[in-house]
Amino acid sequence: MQAEKKKKVIKTIRIDVDKCNGCRACEVICSSFHASPKYSSNNPARSRIRVIRDPIADIYVPVYAGEYAVAECAGRDKYTIDGKEYDECAFCRASCPSRSEFKEPDSGLPLKCDMCSSDPTLEKPLCVQWCLADALIYEEREEEVSEETTVDELEVDLDALANKYGLNKLNELLAKMTLAKKG
Amino acid sequence: MRYAETGFNLEIDLTRRNIERVATDPTDTALYMGGLGTNAKLLWDRVPPETDAFAPENLLIFGAGILCGTLAPGCNRTIVSTISPLTNLMAFSMMGGFWAPELKYAGYDKVVLRGKSSDLVYIWIHNDKVEIRDASHLKGKGAIETAEILRKELDEPKAQVSAIGLAGENRVYYASIEQGRSSASRGGIGAVMGDKGVKAIVVRGTKDINVAQPAEYLKLCNEVLEFIKFREKNPIPGVIPILGVLGSPQEMAIHDEKWHTENFMWGNARTRRKEFWTDDVDKEWLKTMEVSRKRLISCYNCPLKCGATISIPGLPTYMMKCFSKLTYTMAAYSNLDFGLRIAQRATEYGVDGYSAPQVMAFALELLENGILTAEDFPGMPEDSDGRFYWLLDRIVRREGIGDILANGTHWAANHIGNGAHEYAHNNIKKQEQLPLKLSMLNPIYFLMYATGEKISITQIEGQFPQGPFPELKDREEFCADWFQVPDEKFKQYFLDWEPRGEKSNPYYPTVEMCCDIVDWQERMHYIDDALGMCAGLSSFHMKAAYHIHNLPKFITYGAGIEMDEEAISFAAKRYRTLVRAINISRGMRRKDEKPPADHWKKRFPELEKELLDTYYKYKGWNNNGIPTEEFLREMGLDYVADDFLQRGIYDEVVEEVLDTETKSMEGANNAG
Repeated sequence: MQAEKKKKVIKTIRIDVDKCNGCRACEVICSSFHASPKYSSNNPARSRIRVIRDPIADIYVPVYAGEYAVAECAGRDKYTIDGKEYDECAFCRASCPSRSEFKEPDSGLPLKCDMCSSDPTLEKPLCVQWCLADALIYEEREEEVSEETTVDELEVDLDALANKYGLNKLNELLAKMTLAKKG
Repeated sequence: MRYAETGFNLEIDLTRRNIERVATDPTDTALYMGGLGTNAKLLWDRVPPETDAFAPENLLIFGAGILCGTLAPGCNRTIVSTISPLTNLMAFSMMGGFWAPELKYAGYDKVVLRGKSSDLVYIWIHNDKVEIRDASHLKGKGAIETAEILRKELDEPKAQVSAIGLAGENRVYYASIEQGRSSASRGGIGAVMGDKGVKAIVVRGTKDINVAQPAEYLKLCNEVLEFIKFREKNPIPGVIPILGVLGSPQEMAIHDEKWHTENFMWGNARTRRKEFWTDDVDKEWLKTMEVSRKRLISCYNCPLKCGATISIPGLPTYMMKCFSKLTYTMAAYSNLDFGLRIAQRATEYGVDGYSAPQVMAFALELLENGILTAEDFPGMPEDSDGRFYWLLDRIVRREGIGDILANGTHWAANHIGNGAHEYAHNNIKKQEQLPLKLSMLNPIYFLMYATGEKISITQIEGQFPQGPFPELKDREEFCADWFQVPDEKFKQYFLDWEPRGEKSNPYYPTVEMCCDIVDWQERMHYIDDALGMCAGLSSFHMKAAYHIHNLPKFITYGAGIEMDEEAISFAAKRYRTLVRAINISRGMRRKDEKPPADHWKKRFPELEKELLDTYYKYKGWNNNGIPTEEFLREMGLDYVADDFLQRGIYDEVVEEVLDTETKSMEGANNAG
């Protein structure tokens, strides 16, 4: 089937690492927004943004959680910028087996930034609102794109579980759970 | 369910190597809030006055403020409490940074250390897993170096580390606990950590901290952020830059130090250099700042950039905080480049940036005046910068004269004798003070210096302007949006305060007004210290983001404990009294409550006596500074009253002495 062209709002956060003061307010408010009920708890380990920090090396990189990666990269890159050597995964957005970033601390399920999607829609993602250092700037623009199916959060989680335990095992467990609920 | 706090303390007995996770009593939270308040309760309950700083029974408590780890901007302080080796009184130095929130996320409100480890150890707290580990490989390492080694060794880049350097290991009486971006420096708490054989406490936590009423709490936090933005764009007019905005960001942001360098004293808190700031100095210091400063940085969840990453070619990188930028420079009559360089070494060694430079300047003054001789300083370089490095190296290792100087100016003077106490002239309750010497007595400051139990002026001042504004219209303008006052009368006090004439220092504000003003300022600091709130957004500032009207709501919505202005003030008064009770039980009395004799040129012994008499009464203390039995019972501190009665503290005979000569006051202080 031919994908239809559609107007889409592209949401961008411009990240200026030179302006980051390392305070992690972005992590704090992110974890609070995504708490259930909303704002009821705080835990940066649940945040979908992380400041990759190495204060003595003067490295501060705010990174947003992106796609879940089944396996780690085959090769690694190490960047040196302005004489500062960045960690292999410093700029990567993936929730990936190679590191602890962007995983729920209890379940290990992947986290992904959703730009604070909520109803009503927020003017800007909260990390941007709470970054008084202006290291995070929110921008929107419209683009014509082919329509694509969106993947919801549950699907991402299930996909991760399927990858971790195998689809068969997941199916078995779901069947068992269905029976138990009926039981 | 407990809100904001975790409800658990970590109790670690270093002698027996026993670790326990202990549930705390929510009633104590209601009575003493958290942080400093509950720290004081633990010290009262468990450290009797006969216990000195280096006894195994002394506790070293790392208490996270009750709201640390929540959304509240700038709420990140660790309140470290113990008995000070320097003063033998309660020390409650504090640090910002990132450690306290991490501890909360690991599931604890406090780490309480007792006993002593025979070998050097570090403590590794990772959520429910807590270990005492060997630290023999870290012996002699710098505090920042130690943190870096441990993070790497544990492969935990996100772990937060509080560590001591060589000064703490060698029990220097003004050793600090360093945390990278921040430090808890006053009162020699690093020496207690070293005495207990603990090199570092490493924390990593990934648990939730809950708040009671999320929507209301978020609203409060957003209001604070809005106010911070407003203040950044609208500094308070008519005051020096550091007081016009929140925090102390310009210490690191700007190189222009005309105000401090020309108004604070150089050397051993002696010499004012009124013409110091020239164009050449300006250019040189600007260059130093530009070469050394890599980035302006903040503590956890705070937008104010009060610190800086300092990278001097050829030296390891470190993070500098606030006024240590100038203390070494000015003590050594040197320049900013020297100040930033020696602060790097001092940070690794872990020493208090207020006391350490003053001790070294004191030693050199004793040498100049023949009380110490060249033989006491074998091999010391000739130049001032070199001498400071030489002295610092010896102090932290307790080598030669360094061993004596490691105990601070008061104890060193006692040891040296021969009139040395005349040179330990800038102390209160045995602790070195900021190098300020002024002309006319300011009655508000007299009371704050005399009675402040943190024994540092920046930890009690703040809410009320430091001096009168010359023009009435400026005062009116100041009062126009001064909503932070707890009572409208404070505006009138300020409106009527004139630089000269009948309503000026020292007789105006009147004694009664001074009591109100000091009590208010002190109260705000004590509230911050229970909450873990940084004074830079709150009590240290006039017209701050946090104030008596919103702080109770933070407790109500955050911790789920009903508070209003009266209740929070009452709770603060309770644990403030408890701090005093601890110090009274350790022998502190009215005779100890005095600013340095030379702090002001113009002194007024009769007025000063009246100020203390009245303030003591106002606070519920007797004329010797001891909380009265009646007042203690009113505060719900019956156990303190009973203890005082049992110890016969109320039976002491107080001699009414009115010192007519301030000099004799100082002599008595040093002899005691």
